[in-house]
Amino acid sequence: MNANHKTRAISRRSFLKGVGAVGAAGMLAACGGSDSTAASGGSAAGGEAAAEGKVINIYSWNDEFRTRLEAVYPEVESTSADGTVTTLKDGTEIHWVINPNQDGVYQQKLDEALLNQGSASADDKVDIFLSETDYVFKYTDAAADVAMPLTDLGIDPDTDLADQYPFTKTTASDANGVQRGSTWQCCPGLLVYRRDIALDTFGTDDPVAIGEKVKDWDTFKASAEELKAKGYYALASYADTFRLYGNSISQPWGVEGSGTITVDPQIMQWVSDSKEWLDAGYLNKTVKGQFNDDWNKSMGSASKVFAFLLPAWGIDFTLAPNWDGPAGSWAVTNPPQAYNWGGSYIHACQGTDNPEHVRDIILALTATKDNLIKISKDYMDFTNTMSGMQEAATDDSFASEFLGGQNAYEYFSPVAENIVIAPLSSYDQGCVELIQNAFSDYYQGNVDFDRAKENFETAIKERYPDITTVVWPD
Amino acid sequence: MNKKPKHLSYAKWGYIFIIPFFLTFFIFSFIPLVDTIRYSFYEYYRSGIKEIGPNFIGLENYKALFESDLLKYAGNTLLLWLIGFIPQIVIALLLANWFTDMRLKLRGQQFFKVVIYLPNLIMASAFAMLFFALFSNSGPINSILMSLGITSEPIDFMGTAFGTRSLVGLMNFLMWFGNTTIMLMAAIMGISPEIFEAAELDGCGSVKRFFSITLPLIRPILAYTLITSIIGGLQMFDVPQILTNGQGSPDRTSMTLIMFLNNHLKSRNYGMAGALSVFLFIVSGILCFFVYRMTNGSDTTAAKPEKHHKSKGGAKA
Repeated sequence: MNANHKTRAISRRSFLKGVGAVGAAGMLAACGGSDSTAASGGSAAGGEAAAEGKVINIYSWNDEFRTRLEAVYPEVESTSADGTVTTLKDGTEIHWVINPNQDGVYQQKLDEALLNQGSASADDKVDIFLSETDYVFKYTDAAADVAMPLTDLGIDPDTDLADQYPFTKTTASDANGVQRGSTWQCCPGLLVYRRDIALDTFGTDDPVAIGEKVKDWDTFKASAEELKAKGYYALASYADTFRLYGNSISQPWGVEGSGTITVDPQIMQWVSDSKEWLDAGYLNKTVKGQFNDDWNKSMGSASKVFAFLLPAWGIDFTLAPNWDGPAGSWAVTNPPQAYNWGGSYIHACQGTDNPEHVRDIILALTATKDNLIKISKDYMDFTNTMSGMQEAATDDSFASEFLGGQNAYEYFSPVAENIVIAPLSSYDQGCVELIQNAFSDYYQGNVDFDRAKENFETAIKERYPDITTVVWPD
Repeated sequence: MNKKPKHLSYAKWGYIFIIPFFLTFFIFSFIPLVDTIRYSFYEYYRSGIKEIGPNFIGLENYKALFESDLLKYAGNTLLLWLIGFIPQIVIALLLANWFTDMRLKLRGQQFFKVVIYLPNLIMASAFAMLFFALFSNSGPINSILMSLGITSEPIDFMGTAFGTRSLVGLMNFLMWFGNTTIMLMAAIMGISPEIFEAAELDGCGSVKRFFSITLPLIRPILAYTLITSIIGGLQMFDVPQILTNGQGSPDRTSMTLIMFLNNHLKSRNYGMAGALSVFLFIVSGILCFFVYRMTNGSDTTAAKPEKHHKSKGGAKA
């Protein structure tokens, strides 16, 4: 009852923001207002009053964080059947505001809420929000100041988060090195390969031997030639390798205020390598991009694709559901280049009325080793505890049936420790997406190289109106 | 003096009854429209989560708009619309004529009317998703073609401008020809059967009857179809957006004006988006005006069927 009331109040209110712009706010706001008092009155009656605000609003794009929180946060009492409200033992309610990530919907809704943070009533303020690596910088930006520095919450990153992988801490920090977020997961990527294809081509499916065959790009290219001779593709799509190159850029895509996007030589290396691999027949020409039907099918047993470059969540969430052969047909080994793909960051929102709870939640989910190990066991996340993951690497209970009894953590751990996060900027998401789109046409021979560059420039200027020039490496 | 107020009081009720419409129109259509035009003169967008503007910059947005590939996208839009509209109007005219022809006595008419209208009930985005899956490289169409031995390699339908545009046209055609058929049928059935009978007695064949009687007499509805279709075509968005993942690929050849507009809205660029909307507003206005003039009996642009219409009208009167 209460839950329904509240969600309706929220949607009514966000609807009002639109109406407000056309000047009819006065009349309708009254009705929104009465709705919200009804809702907060209800929650006050429902639970004991805490010293802090009674409602914690958490913005996210799916129920991933909620399931993790329910699993390990000891204060959780229960969650409503529709998953919109979680009640804590002290009566405080967590209200989940979920908007899908697709097409930037999540960020739009979040931005809207953040802009109204100052005027929102205490129970409507955003308390916690999540962000992904691709756009974390937009929210940790010091000038924007929407994510609270962890020290303001009473968390000392140097001691409380000492066991976290350093690159995750860098990712969640603003340009001055002030950490403004924390994550429970860390997403080192590996090379996941088909054992039967490895046996057929190289005569072995041993991860160590295969690891040697793909240890860097040149060696991998030679192996790709062997695979091609047997009628296999080394990788599915040119998009598969992007993260590896994109993670090792030496300068940020853009610096705010400069109006310039700088394309790193590594990216151009990706362009020329991908074209070379595609033309040489090492990649499957019919697979364009990722997360589409063709890509999913290339993970099936009828496919001729030898390997994929995926992080832990990719194996569990993408590869396993698309695989239709017997379990144990895949194995992991080291990638040709260390990389990180994804990661959800938890931020305390500036202006929260529940700083104690927020601090508790962040510590429980990202700094408590036992909790993190539990998440790893239950959800296959590679979690953000260096010592824990090192132990997992030698702990046979982490062996995966899908990988034929192999313990993937043995390979994840060293990659995670070697990741140096590329310099971030608030333009990352658009750049990463648009450069792949623009050069996709080039790979397929629809446009020439210069035209692809022009198309990228056009698209990036459309996406970011403050960008006026694009600098290409020589 | 006494009568007049009484008369006025009736009018008052009339106005009161139409107030809700004008009020909602004013709030939800008119104010946003004026705001759109106003913002088109401002620099107003989001950079990250910081709001830039609104700063008045005069016609800068329009200048930037015309320096961009606007005309190319307008061309794409027009082409995509034509690819769908030409077969649509031809098939719809043919079907409408057959369905209303009393001599043909087609069986199962109701059934076919329902069937041809059905695609229109599917959401455009769902329809586009369906086609995307059907025509993907490993989709069923390619599987069928390959197992029939027609092609050995999968055909990359969405990898070429021709393929993508044809698919968009095909989808628009499939979605709208039923709707147009029903509308044209209504128009043809509105023609007095006496005229057809008289023509037949005079020895008029079915082809001549179609071009000399049916077509001229349904012209107002044809004009209506054309106008609504043009406006719909200018706003074409969901089908190419879903089919090409919003990229208008390949090489932006299937990027329509509204997809272009949508690209600006990703950064909440109200200034540029406003300028583009105003441009679209003006273009639709001009197009409507021309089509209306062309089909609504102005003597300067009178085409051949025009005269028929007049003489028929005259005869009837």
